[in-house]
Amino acid sequence: MTDGEILDRPSMVFDERLSLVVGMLQRFTWQQTAIDDTSARIELGGSITIDDAAALWKRISETLVHVEGLRKIEVALGRVQMIDGACMALLVQFRTDLRARSVVCEFSGGSEEVGRIVHLYGGRKKVGRTRAKRRPRSAIEQVGTATLAVFGEAKQILDFMGRLVASTWHVLRHPKSLNLRDVGLTMERAGADAAPIVLLINFLIGFVMAYQSAAQLKQFGASIYVADLVGVSMTRELGPLMMAIIICGRTGAAFAAELGTMKVSEEVDALRTLGFLPLPFLVIPRMLGLILVAPILVLMADAVGILGGALVASLTLDITTTSFLIQLQSAVKASDIVSGMIKGVVFCAAIALISCQQGLATSGGAEGVGRRTTSAVVSILFTLILLDALFTVFLGLFGI
Amino acid sequence: MISVRNLSMGHGKTTLLRDASFDVERGDIFVVLGGSGCGKSTLLRHLIGLETPLAGEIRIAGVGAPRLEGAAPRYGVMFQSGALFSSMTVGENVAFALQEWTHLPVDAVGAIVRAKLTLVGLEGAESKLPAELSGGMRKRAAIARAMAFEPNLIFLDEPSAGLDPVSAVELDELILALNRNLGLTVVMVTHELESIFKVGKHCIMLDRESRSIIARGNPEQLRRESDDPRVRRFFNRETSVPQWQ
Repeated sequence: MTDGEILDRPSMVFDERLSLVVGMLQRFTWQQTAIDDTSARIELGGSITIDDAAALWKRISETLVHVEGLRKIEVALGRVQMIDGACMALLVQFRTDLRARSVVCEFSGGSEEVGRIVHLYGGRKKVGRTRAKRRPRSAIEQVGTATLAVFGEAKQILDFMGRLVASTWHVLRHPKSLNLRDVGLTMERAGADAAPIVLLINFLIGFVMAYQSAAQLKQFGASIYVADLVGVSMTRELGPLMMAIIICGRTGAAFAAELGTMKVSEEVDALRTLGFLPLPFLVIPRMLGLILVAPILVLMADAVGILGGALVASLTLDITTTSFLIQLQSAVKASDIVSGMIKGVVFCAAIALISCQQGLATSGGAEGVGRRTTSAVVSILFTLILLDALFTVFLGLFGI
Repeated sequence: MISVRNLSMGHGKTTLLRDASFDVERGDIFVVLGGSGCGKSTLLRHLIGLETPLAGEIRIAGVGAPRLEGAAPRYGVMFQSGALFSSMTVGENVAFALQEWTHLPVDAVGAIVRAKLTLVGLEGAESKLPAELSGGMRKRAAIARAMAFEPNLIFLDEPSAGLDPVSAVELDELILALNRNLGLTVVMVTHELESIFKVGKHCIMLDRESRSIIARGNPEQLRRESDDPRVRRFFNRETSVPQWQ
């Protein structure tokens, strides 16, 4: 394209541009003539550039519909002044599509400049066999594949867990190999930095729960039991669960993305070449850090949740804080608080396990990191709910 | 230094190399050549011990089969992108293995780190983060990290890939200097012709189609004397991109 042509372009009026884009206006010529019953000749002329691509493609699509009975089509480029790569690619695709319909297509003629483009885009090459279309997969097959993939993932996580146990044994025997720096860093980032959001969310959960139940309890004159309701459900269930969901979103995603990026940028391999074991060095400190902060975060979550409940009780149910606390004392047992803390620890261990496993299983660049991070968060959320259900059943069995 | 016998390697069901045997002499600069996708980098990963071969044996003098974790590094490795730990400064990267595997006091480690960085021409860059360095500097820092433990063998994955011509030449000269002055054995993967002729003493060329070593010897000699069309094509830069005559 010459400078003149580039300079000409902005002067094109808007309507004309729009017409070009939708393929209405055509600046090149396309003349189809029948040579005999089974062959035809398409004579192209003028200047064919990316602006004409839509019109050209429209012509090509129309022509492809009416090729029955034809055996051969010759595309004559003798009168083409210039053609750019995009339009040449469309013509090459036209030839491939014709071939799929058993019509032989050849390009002929053209100036040296046009010839160069034709050559560069493979226009002079013989058309090979068109690639066989991939067989569509049935719904049942897709469900089957997806199910197998779920089992495959579960197996990988179990395998990772096994290796982690072996690495923990290694760290216990060689305490010096533990990366203490990362333990502290994890405690700060996942614990201290998460405290404000854990406090806020749990306060609101306690507040909302008390508010919702207040109206119902009032009907039966059982307002004071709001303390039981908030106290037991926060300590046994919601405190640890909400804390774990926040940790999953904040820290789980961060672990998966961080380790995933380290994996794809070969940092994990570099670590191995310097004599470090990735599991004791990267995974165990993160898991340990999370496990250490979990009980503290659960306790904080319990406390502010109950505080939210107490606030509602004193504001809307006329229950004084003292009577709320006395009722709470009789309702909540130490075992409730401890079981909640144990839950929190198990949840955090699961978060660290899955996010690190997913991170270290990353392959294939930035897109792979994104995919693994998403899959880590989804797997963690599912596992959290599953573990919670298991806890409820087992603690119920033992009467705790 | 390294002896490879009947090595077969691949990923899952695809085999990249079958039944390959070769030796790397002490003090050599040994180049692994080949077109894209022929398994050069995978071969390097096997020599380092990051992958397990499908069959065959790799032995490194004084090490045995390549082993990595749980002990001080016995050889240095520079990855293609440098693979510096992004959360640490350049100095911390170089000091990393020294702090873990030796009982040297902090100031002694600092002195070694400064000396290694000066060796690769990065004096004064200790407190910079890898993200603040250019591509060439990052690779040189990675060489300094690989050299931290005084190895007598170093593996380099595409040292000059993605560098400007001046940085690439500087890096080649650094490799030559380390080889000449320290007697360092270098095993490198590359497809930069200039670099191959400048530093390579011996080479092997891998081929994707035949999954084997198709040429071995001195690069200059191969260019002049090989009658294998695949080898000639590689050394004479013949391409398959359509040309307009």
